[in-house]
Amino acid sequence: MPGAISPALAQAAGAAPALLDVSLRINGTEHRLSLDPRTTLLDALREHLHLTGSKKGCGLGQCGACTVLMDGMRVKACLSLAALAQGREIKTIEGLAQGDELHPLQASFIERDAFQCGYCTSGQIMAGVACISEGHAGSPQDIREWMSGNLCRCGAYDHIVAAIQDAAAVSSSTQGG
Amino acid sequence: MTAALIGKSVSRVDGRLKVTGAATYAAEFEVPNLAHAAVVRSIVANGRLASIDTAEAERAPGVIALVTHRNAPKLAYQPHKGLPDAAVGERLHVLQDDRVTHQGQPIALVVAETLEQAVYAAEVVRVTYRNEAAATDVAAVDPVLPTGKPAEWEIRRGEADSAFEQAEFRVDQTYVIPRENHNPIEMFATIASWEGDSLTLWDKTQWVHNVAEEIAAVFGIAAENVRVISPFVGGAFGSGLRCWPHVTLAALGARVDGRPVKLVLSRREMYYGVGYRPHTVQRVALGASRDGQLQAIRHEGHQETSTYEEFTEALLSATRFLHACPNVHTRHRIAPMHVHTPTYMRAPGEASGIYALESAMDELAVALSMDPVDLRLRNEPDRDEFKDLPFSSRSTKECYRAAAERFGWSQRTAEPRSMRDGRLLIGWGMASATYPMNYAPASALARLLPDGTAEVMSAASDMGPGTWTSMTQVAADTLGLPVERVKFTLGDTRLPRAPVHGGSMTMASVGSAVQAACRKAREDALARAGSNDLEEAMERLGQVIEATADVAPGDETKRFSMHAFGAVFVEVAVDPDLGETRVRRIVGAYGAGRVVNPKIARSQCIGGMIGGIGMALMEHSVVDPRNGRVTNANLAEYAVPVHADAPPVMDVIFVDEHDPHVNPLGVKGLGEIALVGVAPAIANAIFHATGKRVRELPITPDKLL
Amino acid sequence: MHPFVLERPCDLSAVLALGAQAGRNDAPVEYIAGGTDMVQLLQEHVRRPDRLVSLAGVLDDGIEIGPQGLRLGAAATMAEVAAHQGVVEQFPLISQALLNSASPQVRNQATMGGNLLQRTRCPYFRDVGYQACNKRAPGSGCAALDGENRWHAVLGTSDDCIAVHPSDLAVALVALDATVELRGTGGDRSVPLSELHRLPRDTPHLETVLEPGEVITAITVPANAAGLRSHYLKLRDRASFEFAAVSAAVAIETDGARIRQARVALGGVGTKPWRLPNVEQALADKNLEPGELRSAAALAAEGAQGRGHNDFKIELMQRAIVRAVEIAGARA
Ligand SMILES: Cc1cc2nc3c(=O)[nH]c(=O)nc-3n(C[C@H](O)[C@H](O)[C@H](O)COP(=O)(O)OP(=O)(O)OC[C@H]3O[C@@H](n4cnc5c(N)ncnc54)[C@H](O)[C@@H]3O)c2cc1C
Ligand code: SF4
Ligand code: FES
Ligand code: FES
Repeated sequence: MPGAISPALAQAAGAAPALLDVSLRINGTEHRLSLDPRTTLLDALREHLHLTGSKKGCGLGQCGACTVLMDGMRVKACLSLAALAQGREIKTIEGLAQGDELHPLQASFIERDAFQCGYCTSGQIMAGVACISEGHAGSPQDIREWMSGNLCRCGAYDHIVAAIQDAAAVSSSTQGG
Repeated sequence: MTAALIGKSVSRVDGRLKVTGAATYAAEFEVPNLAHAAVVRSIVANGRLASIDTAEAERAPGVIALVTHRNAPKLAYQPHKGLPDAAVGERLHVLQDDRVTHQGQPIALVVAETLEQAVYAAEVVRVTYRNEAAATDVAAVDPVLPTGKPAEWEIRRGEADSAFEQAEFRVDQTYVIPRENHNPIEMFATIASWEGDSLTLWDKTQWVHNVAEEIAAVFGIAAENVRVISPFVGGAFGSGLRCWPHVTLAALGARVDGRPVKLVLSRREMYYGVGYRPHTVQRVALGASRDGQLQAIRHEGHQETSTYEEFTEALLSATRFLHACPNVHTRHRIAPMHVHTPTYMRAPGEASGIYALESAMDELAVALSMDPVDLRLRNEPDRDEFKDLPFSSRSTKECYRAAAERFGWSQRTAEPRSMRDGRLLIGWGMASATYPMNYAPASALARLLPDGTAEVMSAASDMGPGTWTSMTQVAADTLGLPVERVKFTLGDTRLPRAPVHGGSMTMASVGSAVQAACRKAREDALARAGSNDLEEAMERLGQVIEATADVAPGDETKRFSMHAFGAVFVEVAVDPDLGETRVRRIVGAYGAGRVVNPKIARSQCIGGMIGGIGMALMEHSVVDPRNGRVTNANLAEYAVPVHADAPPVMDVIFVDEHDPHVNPLGVKGLGEIALVGVAPAIANAIFHATGKRVRELPITPDKLL
Repeated sequence: MHPFVLERPCDLSAVLALGAQAGRNDAPVEYIAGGTDMVQLLQEHVRRPDRLVSLAGVLDDGIEIGPQGLRLGAAATMAEVAAHQGVVEQFPLISQALLNSASPQVRNQATMGGNLLQRTRCPYFRDVGYQACNKRAPGSGCAALDGENRWHAVLGTSDDCIAVHPSDLAVALVALDATVELRGTGGDRSVPLSELHRLPRDTPHLETVLEPGEVITAITVPANAAGLRSHYLKLRDRASFEFAAVSAAVAIETDGARIRQARVALGGVGTKPWRLPNVEQALADKNLEPGELRSAAALAAEGAQGRGHNDFKIELMQRAIVRAVEIAGARA
């Protein structure tokens, strides 16, 4: 089926792959980028858009620091190629607060001191937001299991669970009202 | 006048920055015209570089510079030893010759336009080696005494050997802790930018001044010409104490290509580019009388180090004073290997040494059929028997009591395997903890502004324990201003010098300097304005009032032995069929002097407990004995605790302790002691649950089948 | 990461045209689905395709339960399948295996097809600093044989490779007699999952029976596997977010306290998802009683070979079977 072959195939073998025009929708804003196909979503955020709130702790899916929401679902940005994230609605930690008003989970992270160094924190919060909206924040035990993809080497787990519980209570009361 | 702020659970002043993603860590500074670097690292442990073929890499798109020992500028490498550097030996020189002494040694540096291009070009540099026999199996290396006076490494009080032989009850066992890596979630990163002979480094470090001095020495320039900026550190746990070779590489890359360069280590490189907690082997012999009086302690230990530096840590120090005993013999040795130099990792020395000592104490309690708390109480010293000095304060008894009571220890049945929950075996164990109070010279500057606010600064670091916040509290408290009116700044060599952010000494040292500077500034302002209200005084003066203060320890160390003490109690549940251990409860009680911010202090302590769970149950950098490679150099196969490993109950108790001797603030530090004692308490609880004594960490399921 | 051209074909025939060689060890072209394993392999320089063909949007992502049983589109994510009401109710073993896999984030990204075809976690395979790995570089040797092999297999090993197949899902599916539907340029075919993965023998680089370029389009599970009492037990060093040291997938039909029929498969111990017909036969007609279960489970060790650090798995996997059967048996 040679007719189905995409134009890229025409490129001479061995030549440097062309940059791709990629359009990423992040926190409600469209960003047009010219990217090396190898660029991960995380590196596009950090190195190209200077949205450094999403952190890199491994680049291999093993720590959770890069967690962002894609079409409302939590994913690891380091395991996504940026070009394949085109057309998706991406939300990062920078897009969570409403202006000056922190998201309830951000506020409860401060209140509960749910971090030390703060480096895993963006990922914990984004994962926590999803954990609550998925309905997996019903008990501390549930939260622990459903947050286990986010390592905290400072060991703030106990406080993170408390912060998620607090925010879950807020969101269920606001949803009720 | 505001109410006292020291002792208040103030929320972190940098909290908002951290929860919004706005805190900038080393790799995140926007520097124009930035190029990216990547490192080629050796895949042999010992030998010489036979050939380096850079042709393909140089042709790769985007490559700006490719540096190897063949074309690297000769670096000055003037002598410099910072406090965290090994006392004996010479630091690794990068790209200066063809010698390879360990796996992962940098052998080439690529600078390219983009991260992807740099990493790829590094991947296609082809290197061949002339291999030489390497010592990479720690079990096969004969330990030796470190360089220096043997009396420093072999310390005797009384006659331990004969006392041990004569003791009615004896324990003599060997305990092994494998290599562990700090694995902070932020990977090491440096951005280097030259302007003429001046260098700016945005770096992940626990000590900006040391980085400036080290890099100045490496490049042969004045330390004043190196500015180091490091406002946020994404965890370090000791790995950021030293200035590691990648900082030199970043600066070298920037020098060669003339543009600012960013170098971020990969997670795999984190196992080669920075140090680690060394593998230790310890033999502990305890002799006691029937009533549980210790009569002899012999504690020997050795640890891996590199061939080019002798790294040693305080492995056996606590053994000399933690428990009362007339006859003590400690001997510390090293096993030089073809590995890179280890370094301090959270509670260096104490965490490892006390694991062995407190495990042996538990074994002795079993031999004596005595409650382990009781055994410790019977051997409670009334002074430091090693230094022959009184303790400035020592709250071990209060810690045992408070933690035991909270834990419900009196309900424990002594017999192993006697407590159950369904088919699970329940075990209760405990251990003591201690960590020295460190206090080093520090400086701070306080600046009072006419609008009634204050700026306070010191080149300290905050890798997580809350320096930003606690210093703001101390300053606000001293000045009598609300926290919101005080802006504290740290992490920049332009600020007054602070000591290394390690050894749990920041609160004591920087805190005392901040307090002194603020006191001076306040007194000056009040005196000049003839007022006793600071805000009124500042308004009246209408000018900036500045004061700096330098603090340094006096002769307290000659008069007192100064340490924090603690006790850790743990409940585990072990599945006897499947070997799985879960920690259900941890109660830790600490006598650590004044607690500046209980909320943040609790975070430090639960963090230490989680670290201890990792150490006890899962952490292990698996070093291939055949070639020194770290087999599991990632975060999937190197297991650190996850959320689900956190015990449902974590209790932290600070016993009331007023210590007027340690430092002006009366603080002892918490960062390290929080980890000490956790691993032995867990190991002891596992013994109580199963009747099985595992003497090699981590206690994974296979060891309990 | 090796430079590649990224292809985003809009239909399956274009995929097949572009991907003709994909899946072969030295192929210059690779497929990428969720990317959760492929990106790791690219980052670690283990896979170096010149061309990466995205399967996004071209494969079925449906989950259907009908009279024939369960049908999972290859593009359905681990999270979607795990949470699917019908799967949870009728094929809980699958849901449990998935919920014990990876993390919520990875499960939102990863697909069924990719899960079955993820590569081994053998650390020597994934570290190009090791030269000896027959799977990565045929004929180069195997660093694991006399290396640290706590992570490695005891069943189905060869003198050339002892790498574990890491998928939890595959273990559950193989116990339930799942079939894999394939499409290649030569047309469609289906292969029992038990035959999808090959034993390493002396060709560990050939991992599956897929023809170059063939894609997985769906996984089907027969209706007779529905409604069984089952349990997926996963053992590891930490409580979550880790690959299995040992896992056991068990589904039984019982008659009171008597087992009528059992299906048993193991993970973490085999070079492929490991079904245990001999244990199943021995369990049939046995009572849910520890002694009887234990002697049946002992048959799992037939032919098992440890290499030192992984010896413990031989004992642990038997105990895992016993426990999983007990838990399954206790389910309502
Ligand atoms: C941190 C981490 C932890 C993990 N833990 C676990 C665990 O505990 N248990 C577990 O089972 N898994 C675990 N995984 C693995 C994970 O389940 C797999 O990475 C995932 O299922 C792969 O799916 P994918 O869609 O992302 O595949 P990709 O990464 O896109 O592809 C994987 C392979 O499959 C090929 N491929 C994909 N789809 C098709 C298709 N339809 N036809 C032909 N070829 C195809 C690709 O070419 C590639 O070779 C973990 C992964 C990570 C990152
Ligand atoms: S076990 Fe297989 S994958 Fe691992 S090193 Fe040996 S050949 Fe390679
Ligand atoms: S950086 Fe993405 S999971 Fe670690
Ligand atoms: S706060 Fe430091 S890693 Fe979580």
